[in-house]
Amino acid sequence: MLHIINKSPYDRPALNSALATADGGSILLIEDAVYAAVKGGAEESKLKAAMGKFKIYALASDLEARGMADRVIDGVTVVDYAGFVDLVADHKTCQSWL
Amino acid sequence: MTTKKFMFVNRKAPYGTIYAWEALEVVLIAAAFEQDVSLAFLDDGVYQLKKGHNTKAIETKAFEKTWGALEDYDITKLYVAKESLDERGLTTDDLAVPVEVLSRAELGKLMEEQDVILSF
Repeated sequence: MLHIINKSPYDRPALNSALATADGGSILLIEDAVYAAVKGGAEESKLKAAMGKFKIYALASDLEARGMADRVIDGVTVVDYAGFVDLVADHKTCQSWL
Repeated sequence: MTTKKFMFVNRKAPYGTIYAWEALEVVLIAAAFEQDVSLAFLDDGVYQLKKGHNTKAIETKAFEKTWGALEDYDITKLYVAKESLDERGLTTDDLAVPVEVLSRAELGKLMEEQDVILSF
């Protein structure tokens, strides 16, 4: 299934909660959650560790808005809005960790 | 008019919520009333100052130009928490405007010196 996160990992435990609960699948980082996909921060290792179990995506427009499009962690797939729609359509169910 | 020391404490990332914009609105009001304004950025608030914001695709106004304009309102006291920058892998080179980097402890002391604290 697809797990959608929209909260910064430095501010809220939404990503932690998803990682601790979800049984694999895909994670899409949108809005303030795109900070989880950025290199160099204290949360980087957590996302890297999750890559063994999940396919990780981040939304391009939210990375660009925050000036972070040029420092995405290797292995994260950056998608546009059309890619967002495809992800939702390709997974049977979605959970938004609001 | 009595001048008071106003500190705006910014702790939220930009765009995901409206807090950052609302803070800026009130900052400009306080400055228009010629108050002694300072801005503190800590936790995810430091992301507000990151340079290179391109908000075209999310159809929201970007912050970068507004930071540059604060000087026209005599707002030059921008303080950033060192711990918050470090935790996010950021340095002052990543920021859109010149700031003074302080430790959390130093920021805490500055907060004590204020007449008014506005929290965002």
